[in-house]
Amino acid sequence: MISFKRPEKLEQSSVIMETVAVNMMRPVSRYFDEHEHEIPWDYIQFMHASQQAMGGSGSLTDSGAKKKEGPSISFQRLAVTAEMLSWGDVGLWLCTPGGGLGGAAVNATGTPEQKERFLSRFRGDEPTFDAMALTEPHAGSAMPAEVRTTAVRDGDEWVLNGEKIFVTAGHKALIDTKGFVVIWATIDPAAGRAGVRPFVVEAGTPGCSVTKLEHKLGIRASDTASIVLQDCRIPFENILGNPEVAKEKTEKGFKGAMATFDATRPLVAASALGIARATLELLKELLSERGVEIRYGLPRSRMTNMEREIVDMEVMLRSTWLLTLKAMWLADEHKSNTIEASMCKVKAGDVVVKITQRAVELMGPLGFSREYLLEKWFRDAKINDLYEGTGQINRLIVARRILDYTRHELS
Amino acid sequence: MYGFEPTEEQQMLIDAVERFAAQQLREASREADEGGEVPSKLIEMGWELGVLQASVPEAYGGFGDHSAVTGVLAAEAMAWGDLAATLAVMAPTSYVIPILLGGTEDQKKNLIPPVIEAEWKPYVAAFIEPSFDFFPGAMQTEAQATKAGFMLNGIKSFVPFADQAPSFLVFAMLGGELRAFCVPAEAQGLEVGEREPWLGVRALPTYTVILKDVAVDQEALIGGKDAFDAGRIVASSQVAIAAMAIGLSKAALDYAIPYAKEREVWGSPIAQKQSIAFMLAEMAIEIESNRLLVWEAAWKLDEGDPDAARAAYLALSGAADTAMMVTDRAVQTLGGHGYIREHPVELWMRNGRGVPVMPGLAMI
Repeated sequence: MISFKRPEKLEQSSVIMETVAVNMMRPVSRYFDEHEHEIPWDYIQFMHASQQAMGGSGSLTDSGAKKKEGPSISFQRLAVTAEMLSWGDVGLWLCTPGGGLGGAAVNATGTPEQKERFLSRFRGDEPTFDAMALTEPHAGSAMPAEVRTTAVRDGDEWVLNGEKIFVTAGHKALIDTKGFVVIWATIDPAAGRAGVRPFVVEAGTPGCSVTKLEHKLGIRASDTASIVLQDCRIPFENILGNPEVAKEKTEKGFKGAMATFDATRPLVAASALGIARATLELLKELLSERGVEIRYGLPRSRMTNMEREIVDMEVMLRSTWLLTLKAMWLADEHKSNTIEASMCKVKAGDVVVKITQRAVELMGPLGFSREYLLEKWFRDAKINDLYEGTGQINRLIVARRILDYTRHELS
Repeated sequence: MYGFEPTEEQQMLIDAVERFAAQQLREASREADEGGEVPSKLIEMGWELGVLQASVPEAYGGFGDHSAVTGVLAAEAMAWGDLAATLAVMAPTSYVIPILLGGTEDQKKNLIPPVIEAEWKPYVAAFIEPSFDFFPGAMQTEAQATKAGFMLNGIKSFVPFADQAPSFLVFAMLGGELRAFCVPAEAQGLEVGEREPWLGVRALPTYTVILKDVAVDQEALIGGKDAFDAGRIVASSQVAIAAMAIGLSKAALDYAIPYAKEREVWGSPIAQKQSIAFMLAEMAIEIESNRLLVWEAAWKLDEGDPDAARAAYLALSGAADTAMMVTDRAVQTLGGHGYIREHPVELWMRNGRGVPVMPGLAMI
């Protein structure tokens, strides 16, 4: 059935998250933007405590983990949460403990034993972070096919060597808390992408160090780390998936691992749309203060430029949100969502960039001023067209799907 | 709960409409455009699919319940075949739906059955007016209350099949509010003008209709003295056209994809070039996201959601831009061949430009 009725439970989540966004995020949004690398412990502790109280991490890691009555809405809830918390502050949202992209990879590809071993820490007394390390200095979009970080079997262990960059929350996962990082490494450099596998490296593992924190255009509250692996030894069982199967150099193992992105891309899209909505709302508020109200229903010949801009923004925002919701709904229904995941990621990246850039322009000195958050959202927005696959990489994925092409036929 | 899949019943209707669109409408499309006429046999076939009839309760001669969502799904599927033919088949919706949604019980019982219990006849709305800033909230056509009823004055444009219409539903301002009046074709002062030449939908015969002191009785006013939710009617029309715009866009994408995979440049298909592949990907993304916007607006109409009018407006805005963008790019994908009338993409591009002016031609 076609229905756009938001389930009661999602509505509740949304209301709770809005309270968090309004009270815990917006008031410190500017502060953490101006104090890069300072850790927002108040927010982190609060989120950890409330997750404990709600009996789950509310993150990518517990999606589908518990079977409850009625159809699952775990992924939809994640999207609603990401949207609302990013409406509050996307940098702080990225500092939410208890299961991020690393957890998503474990959840998507790990065995039940691995899920328990790695994810149970999120239910512990202390807030804990996780991260996913894919990009390397020589290649981003070409990942994971061109992974140079190696994993060599040595008895009961894997020995990892290499360097990872642009690891979101890498410092929090390895240094600030007892978390873990999912490292993508090759078990056979000659095998190309068929040899690439995700490995879990836990905080405190010798040979794994954080060497640098990036200084960025936006999302400054979130740490972006470089990680060096030097003869870093991890247990054989830390290769995600059944170790005996995962160690085989097949495309199957690789494709299973890529399923991670079917969940994380709509999540990033939802987050992007939170920023876009925040921007649009403030824009309308600033206009309203000056007595400018948007008249809906007019043909373009009768609209002011400002009205046309706002209406276009609303169309972009809503259509992309519905596509994101569909991608997550498909995930909840255990149906393939690869194309929708990339589609919503492409469009959300475009939309948030367009809306924030126009908002700064349209609001003139108010837009350009650091007294308002518009300029910050303009900076924050751009990351959404870059991480979890650039807009171009995701276009490529969509194009291959609609054209029924392999990566050899279209790259 | 959210849901993004049609019901089984809806899917059966979609399948039937899709077959008709692919096997009949698409085949006849070019000739109809060049000849300026949709074969009446095709219109009747489309009518017999029963999209409108299934949307009207039994009490008024139909066999179903009104559902904007179902209407949108059918309109999208049919417009994939040909927009002009879809507008022809669905022309009576512009007459029936406003009466169904806003008429008095007597009007529904008297006016609807003759339309939907018979073969297709062009009972149509006279809605659009010939000015660049035409806007349903400020129509130039006016109704004035008289002792016996109302007097209508104004000029309507884009009235399909006005030369054969037994009766019109004329939209006019009454005391500053948009209302609809049932006006028989033979009414004194109603004059059907010349057939109008358009950029697109050339197979759809439309006419100017001039109303000069046209007198109608009290019963002609749809909804009578009761409130008439004109906003709901306008929204219904916006959503109907938006759905067709999505179907049209999908047609253009579906044509451009195999072409791009076949056409070679420097020894490989142009679809293997990112400049083409990315265009196609973006077309698909716009269609998919704006389709959901249209579905949501239709769903809100069915739910009686207070935000439905705004949603319908936004859906039309998004779908209209999508249609122009996608049909233009389909022509671009074919390069010079896209400009040649042997391929349908130039026809779709012309039709695509017309989407913003079309609300009023069909309703769901």
